[in-house]
Amino acid sequence: MAFKFFGGVHPNENKNPTNACPSTPSAPPAQVVIPMSLHIGTPCQPTVAVGDYVKLGQKIGDTDAPIAAPVHASVSGKVVAVEPRLHANGTKVNSVVIESDGQDTLCETIRVRSEAEVAALSGEEITAIIRDCGVVGMGGATFPTAFKITSGKGRVKTLVINGAECEPYITSDHRTMLEHPDEVLSGIRLLMRACGVEKASVGIETNKADAIALLRSKKPEKMGITIVPMRCRYPQGAEKQLIQTVTGREVPPGGLPADVGCAVFNVFTAYCVHRAVYENYPAVERVVTVAGSAVQRPMNLIVRIGTPLEHVFSLAGGFREQPKKVLMGGPMMGNAMFDLSVGTLKATNALLAFCEDEDQTLEDPTCIRCGRCTEVCPMRLLPLYMYMYERRSDYAMMEKYRITDCIECGACTYACPGRLHLTHAFRTGKAKLRAKAAEDKARAEEAKMQSEASEAAAGKEAGKNE
Amino acid sequence: MNENKHLTVSSSPHIRSGDNTTSIMLDVIIALLPALCVSVYLFGLRALMIVAISVVSAVFFEWAYRKLMKKSSSIGDLSAAVTGMLLAFCLPANAPWWLPVVGAFFAIVIVKQLYGGIGKNFLNPALAARAFLFSWPVAMTTWMVPLSYNSILNLRAVDAVTGATPMANLHLGQLPESSVLDMFLGHTGGSLGEVSVVALLLGGIYLLVRRVISLRIPLSYLLTVAVLTFVFPKGDCDRLQWMLCHLCGGGLMLGAIFMATDYSTSPVTKKGQYIFGIGCGLLTVFIRYFGSYSEGVSYAILIMNLCVWLIDKTTLPRRFGVSRAQRRAEKAGSAAAKKEGGAP
Repeated sequence: MAFKFFGGVHPNENKNPTNACPSTPSAPPAQVVIPMSLHIGTPCQPTVAVGDYVKLGQKIGDTDAPIAAPVHASVSGKVVAVEPRLHANGTKVNSVVIESDGQDTLCETIRVRSEAEVAALSGEEITAIIRDCGVVGMGGATFPTAFKITSGKGRVKTLVINGAECEPYITSDHRTMLEHPDEVLSGIRLLMRACGVEKASVGIETNKADAIALLRSKKPEKMGITIVPMRCRYPQGAEKQLIQTVTGREVPPGGLPADVGCAVFNVFTAYCVHRAVYENYPAVERVVTVAGSAVQRPMNLIVRIGTPLEHVFSLAGGFREQPKKVLMGGPMMGNAMFDLSVGTLKATNALLAFCEDEDQTLEDPTCIRCGRCTEVCPMRLLPLYMYMYERRSDYAMMEKYRITDCIECGACTYACPGRLHLTHAFRTGKAKLRAKAAEDKARAEEAKMQSEASEAAAGKEAGKNE
Repeated sequence: MNENKHLTVSSSPHIRSGDNTTSIMLDVIIALLPALCVSVYLFGLRALMIVAISVVSAVFFEWAYRKLMKKSSSIGDLSAAVTGMLLAFCLPANAPWWLPVVGAFFAIVIVKQLYGGIGKNFLNPALAARAFLFSWPVAMTTWMVPLSYNSILNLRAVDAVTGATPMANLHLGQLPESSVLDMFLGHTGGSLGEVSVVALLLGGIYLLVRRVISLRIPLSYLLTVAVLTFVFPKGDCDRLQWMLCHLCGGGLMLGAIFMATDYSTSPVTKKGQYIFGIGCGLLTVFIRYFGSYSEGVSYAILIMNLCVWLIDKTTLPRRFGVSRAQRRAEKAGSAAAKKEGGAP
């Protein structure tokens, strides 16, 4: 067993309804809405116009910015609109709307590379292919994978592959490891070549014993890959906690995994990398766990990016009854959706619909100082004090109690018997700090400009007098 | 998309653990039941009556205050009931009926609600009320001899035989008449709920299993008392006997398991909880040895309650990603910078 991270919680896993459901391919939806911002970083510019015919896998958006990944068509058909559309994050984002012709005509760029061809590729070439195929962090962070590789070059000594899947309900990565173990391992191997490292560790929670056994049976140690079984504890799959569990190292505050010689990639990212390199197949689909008390037939579906949520739910037999809440992602860190016409994203690993509001909100949430939040916090923070100072907008104390270290995993809120909205308060608290920093900067600049202007004026005066 | 209007949008996480304030308080009440049962056996139904009066008046004052101040009702969280029970537990079984009523008023209104209610009070309400009730020292220190009732159903206080508690002997530097086993089982004089160590331990184990409390405070508290009394026995008493009598005597078990672990009035950091427990232990022994009153648990805990804010502030856990060496270097660096800055 590996190292331990601090604290954590263990919510009911609820993985049984779907962990035996193979990922099922789905027919293309009638229409897909593909936002130009499917990653963290600069949004892409559309490279197609209304009326264009696009093929499956054809590039429809790109940019020269370093932190970005191109966007590809997930169906073949006609572009019917290029306009701002509602994004799952609640804002309007420039999107390409494609009406599917149902043919799934593949783009010419999708071609098989032979084993010899792949073997001849250099690390830089692999990275270029990864970028070109639009691979991003598929665990949910959607950080462009190619940029992660290039920025960590030289400093990264070992890769940490995330197969924790610690969120309740979600089984999409579990299924991927079971159904495509060779592809996942090959993808990890390619990532190792791209990063120029010899070692990789795959962290998997022990509730996926079958996946651990299957991956181990493939003799991964020959490729320099170690499988690390980890205890089932949320947030095991959070980047910092995963690194701590696998390597025993702690990422410094405000630092990156590269600061402790690591780079973290999700197992599904590895799978996408394999497909990108061997088939030149871009990231246009992802396995999505569709589950929750309101879903008729919980299952794992291979969903194309941009598929409207309502279509995904209809593929799973529709709703058993009108859901109270629909989540994109898991119940601990996922986002609540308010419009089911938005499209899925590159890293959408789950769509959950619940009949009951399981949040159990109270009229008058009160802290009883039980200290459970401090016991479960994986970052060793004192959430109850952070909360108190956030409510008072006490910036200095918020910083003293390291509100910026919070990873927003939600463990404290989950454990809080007083039902305080801790995580939400910390999000607002961080936003307040950011706003104040920006304000301070603007004020300092203004003061500087004023003093410069007055100095210049004084200089002129002096000149006149002479 | 008309039906979408029914979708709730809220910030993550979207699930909560099953525990809430009410369930925690209910666990504390359950944990107090074994001691209550022993108490009824030892002191008769009168003990139950005192507890009932105390609980009812505590809940009433909580309800009345919140109603009067137009605040949301909080009697549903059961914390007032717990306070009522704990208050009764540190009164003599033959206390006059008005004593718990006055105590409950002081605990709930003055100590708890005036400071904002649950989680905001800085003194343990039950212990503060007990300290206040010592304004009537005779009522507070007339101890009933266990099993001295003529009928278990007798509710009249005057019929009871009264006697000294083991603490009086310990205060004089001699071993008490009751054996350690008697004190462990509870067959000895003392406050209503504090006498039976075994029943209190049973409740403590329940709270530990249910994860309502952790071992940190009770263990560091009891260990400190044990070490101090073992190393420094009074008179020519047997060390082990002396230590065990101190551990089983007075309100130590009740205090260590149920009072010092009170959420509102104990630190939340792990290091702080150890400091708090050790502090309680030191003060308890100090008061028992050198005070003019034979028992020191309640005052020890009350004094430590006042230090909680300071303890929490000075025991911030090590920051994630910053090693101890780095932290020391940083501190030394900032201290040096200060010195340099301060020099003219």
